Amino acid sequence: MIAIQTINLTKKYKGKIAVNSLNLTIEKGELFALLGLNGSGKTTTIKILSCLTKPTNGDAIILGNSIISNPIKVKELVNVSPQETAIAPNLTVRENLEFIAGIYGSGKKLSKQKAEDIISSFELSSITEEKAKTLSGGWQRRLSIAMALISEPQILFLDEPTLGLDVVARRELWSVIKRLKSKITIILTTHYLEEAESLADRIGIMAKGELKAIGTAYELISKTNTKRFEDAFIALAGEGGIQI
Amino acid sequence: MKTLAFASRNSKEILRDRLNLTFGIGFPVVLLLLLTMIQSNIPVVLFSIDKLTPGIAVFGLSFISLFSGLLIAKDRSSSLMLRLFTAPLTSSDFIFGYTLPLLPMAILQVAVCFAVAFFLGLGVSINVVLAIIVLTPAAVLFIAIGLLCGSLFNEKQVGGVCGALLTNLSAWLSGTWFDLDLVGGAFKGVAGALPFVHTVKAGRAALSGNYSSIFPDLWWVIVYAVVIMVIAILVFTRKMNSDNT
Ligand SMILES: Nc1ncnc2c1ncn2[C@@H]1O[C@H](COP(=O)(O)OP(=O)(O)OP(=O)(O)O)[C@@H](O)[C@H]1O
Ligand SMILES: [Mg+2]
Repeated sequence: MIAIQTINLTKKYKGKIAVNSLNLTIEKGELFALLGLNGSGKTTTIKILSCLTKPTNGDAIILGNSIISNPIKVKELVNVSPQETAIAPNLTVRENLEFIAGIYGSGKKLSKQKAEDIISSFELSSITEEKAKTLSGGWQRRLSIAMALISEPQILFLDEPTLGLDVVARRELWSVIKRLKSKITIILTTHYLEEAESLADRIGIMAKGELKAIGTAYELISKTNTKRFEDAFIALAGEGGIQI
Repeated sequence: MKTLAFASRNSKEILRDRLNLTFGIGFPVVLLLLLTMIQSNIPVVLFSIDKLTPGIAVFGLSFISLFSGLLIAKDRSSSLMLRLFTAPLTSSDFIFGYTLPLLPMAILQVAVCFAVAFFLGLGVSINVVLAIIVLTPAAVLFIAIGLLCGSLFNEKQVGGVCGALLTNLSAWLSGTWFDLDLVGGAFKGVAGALPFVHTVKAGRAALSGNYSSIFPDLWWVIVYAVVIMVIAILVFTRKMNSDNT
């Protein structure tokens, strides 16, 4: 079963092409890593797929729903942890979580229950009553990711989720992601190649808005005749990157 | 349900800002006390409490515009908006979510003004309740102005437009501080074309039991409230669907 299918998905910003004719199919339950240098179009792709911005051309079908003709349905099924930490500053950690559960349609009681579950799985219990704006950057980040999970999305977009996390927190997040793997579909962007290598089922590499290559880490290494994934990535994503 | 969850977050954001409460409730009350004190020391009647209270209540409402404008402008510039715009909220969820918490705050603010006025000699009567009801469309109008400014401007600009311009307009052009007939001319013409003086007149008419003169002044307020609310919804929806929130 297909979770995401993009059809010539294109986004132009005032003449500048951010995403160029993207054709991508992601299976249900897959963990897909989207890699690329700064400005290659990863965040823009996620913004389009989560119905935050409209594509200039093309369409994407998310679990059978078009992002153009049925965005509200798509929004109910997906959730995003944006590249920048996104939290309500004057609310406590618990209130932030209940708030998101609520705007995704859970009633008061269910929101409380969901918040409780997430608090324990993200080990947030020591800070539940603290206002979000008083947390350290890394803890805000964790909260931001927890807020993406509380709506129990079928598709989860994680835009550089481990940015700013310490080593322990990163490992913890990896284990959360591994637990979610195969239960839901995850699209992850990252600049840590080892993260993509160890977590992802498949990896797509973007350069200048175009999808340059797609496959498992092993496939990309062998296609580029390189020894390590990092070399394969540079060969594909860098200036004058090769097309395979 | 979704709207309520969003509304509840918005009221928390507003009420947890101490400065909001201080200005929104404190400032009008202080003005009321101050002007009554001045009145008690001068021989001519400038600020009689029954004329003054509706005017100060309307002036106080301009702070409601400031709160809602600031909240929306702040939200728009923060990455939380990315999260809100990817949530399954429609633009009417947004508009109601921002409006709902402000309406009771606005009415409470007006009620506090009248409560203080009781201590300063305003007669207790059923007309006070009527005056509060008559001022409710004005509350909606000021909320709509806040929504519109918050959708158009950034935080700093909202501070200028709602915090400085609107508070002054609603004070000087409302006929609270001086009789507009005394100034006359273009000033009176401008004031008459804006809703503020009509709001105060309708409020005064209700308070004095002069029911037949509530309208047509109240119509001015209602029409302004509806028109600005519609414009605010259109502008907000446009922003929601554009690349640059
Ligand atoms: N709102 C916008 N207006 C104009 N140009 C934009 C806008 N958003 C993104 N772009 C441009 O689109 C291109 C792709 O940006 P995008 O944020 O998708 O890159 P990215 O792959 O996520 O990069 P990074 O790794 O730095 O996060 C860039 O050239 C960027 O300048
Ligand atoms: Mg990015």
